[in-house]
Amino acid sequence: MRDVSIIGTGQTPVGEHWDTSLRHLALEAIKSAAKEADIDHVDGLFVGNMLAGELSGQGNLGALIADFVGLRGVEAVTVEAASASGGAAARQAYLAVAGGVMDFAVVVGVEKLSDVVGSAAITAQATATDSDYEAAHGVTPLAIAAMMMRRYMHEYDAALADFASFSVNAHDNAATNPYAMFHNKLSVRSFVKAPLVADPINLFDAAAPADGAAAIILAPTAWARERGDGSIRIAASAAATDALALAERREPLWLAAAEKSAGAAYRQAGVTPGHIHLAELHDAATVLAALSLEACGFVERGGGVNFAKSGGITREGRLPISTLGGLKGRGDPGGATGVYQLVEVAQQLRGQAGPNQIAHARVGLAQSLGANGATAITHILMKDE
Amino acid sequence: MDVPRHWRLKTQRYSLIGEECPDCKNKIFPPRDVCPECGSPAHAPFVFSGRGEVFSFSTIYQAPASHEEQAPYTVAMVKLAEGPMVTAQLTDVNRDEIKIGMPVEMVTRALQSNGDRGMIVYGYKFRPLGLGPRQTVS
Repeated sequence: MRDVSIIGTGQTPVGEHWDTSLRHLALEAIKSAAKEADIDHVDGLFVGNMLAGELSGQGNLGALIADFVGLRGVEAVTVEAASASGGAAARQAYLAVAGGVMDFAVVVGVEKLSDVVGSAAITAQATATDSDYEAAHGVTPLAIAAMMMRRYMHEYDAALADFASFSVNAHDNAATNPYAMFHNKLSVRSFVKAPLVADPINLFDAAAPADGAAAIILAPTAWARERGDGSIRIAASAAATDALALAERREPLWLAAAEKSAGAAYRQAGVTPGHIHLAELHDAATVLAALSLEACGFVERGGGVNFAKSGGITREGRLPISTLGGLKGRGDPGGATGVYQLVEVAQQLRGQAGPNQIAHARVGLAQSLGANGATAITHILMKDE
Repeated sequence: MDVPRHWRLKTQRYSLIGEECPDCKNKIFPPRDVCPECGSPAHAPFVFSGRGEVFSFSTIYQAPASHEEQAPYTVAMVKLAEGPMVTAQLTDVNRDEIKIGMPVEMVTRALQSNGDRGMIVYGYKFRPLGLGPRQTVS
């Protein structure tokens, strides 16, 4: 295995792009990344997407997007792992380059969640749950997170307002990210009064489904060094799974796959949680952010909510998270989200995060969860000088 | 119409039949033919009592198309008396009275109606314990 680096990144603004299709979103993100990478050929394209078949009636995105972005003939495939699709696509590309099968691999996460609205959109999202034992009973992905949250409140004696810090922090950071969906600040007061979606999860607790595309281009680190560019090295890439149905997990309040993939990533990178300067976690709902902090070893079990409440997750805190808005503030474009996380960590490590810059950030973690933790993909990035 | 997809689940949906591991005696629901605890093959059917208690719950306001007519409705994770956890709707209950730890029992109800001419899918829901005979289907 050889070291792999990110040599180009690109992203579209996240939002409701009624006038833009999947292929155009992907093109915009890949074009930006290619401009940065400045390479003369590509060996493979990995597309992270969750719901194009359900929502846009489009499969085989590998061939579609490869052709559309000017890579006709190049090996290309879609990687699906629910909302972890983007992280999973990045990992497949990493494996191809690390293993020496490819030199230059393009990863694009792309999702059009606004093509269908209302109950049809929720039906599509529910395909991420266990269709026979969850969705058949009317259970949605957000209801799964809601049952985690209710149980968390019960076991750790937490109130709804205690979870507000996650959303407040996400909106604070999104406000100054030009690519983010939301630029409004959020108060604890409005958080607790927001309309319910899946009790106790309300509109300001859950991330908004959105459209967007993000891309990264991978190359061997040795190649990047030879060219003399300071690249962003992928110091670790790891993936793990858990039971798809929450009821069948050993401990419903413990993200075992997140713990396992984070642990493997720390070992590969030769770091501990204390070495991580910032983390982009899968805050599709506030309780997931809390449980991710715990599973990744940043705080003790049951300590996630209090850590956030005491300011630990802000840009000045011990472990800044959602530094460019996270899923809650930037928006959650499904299978693109995991690639956005990697782009954002790279932005931080390059010192290109503008007003959101975390001072002296040299090691960052991105963790992408699918189906409330059934799939967990963890990457650790480091500045390579 | 996805009739076979629901039809093949009839034993677990109507009778809450799972499996018992012949080696470690672990009770398994839903049936998966391999014991998740010890990895042994597990094919022996096991009929659950249908009794359990609420582990957690959520009332859903934004529902998928298959359940839009029922919204808002409450789903729960129920810890069965024999061990495993099952996810299902709660029924015959005042929403304000649902609590974690509340004893419940399985009843058979319509899970989805799929419109005026669609297939009605029946299966298990759970209701508070002690409401009387369980045979009624509404």
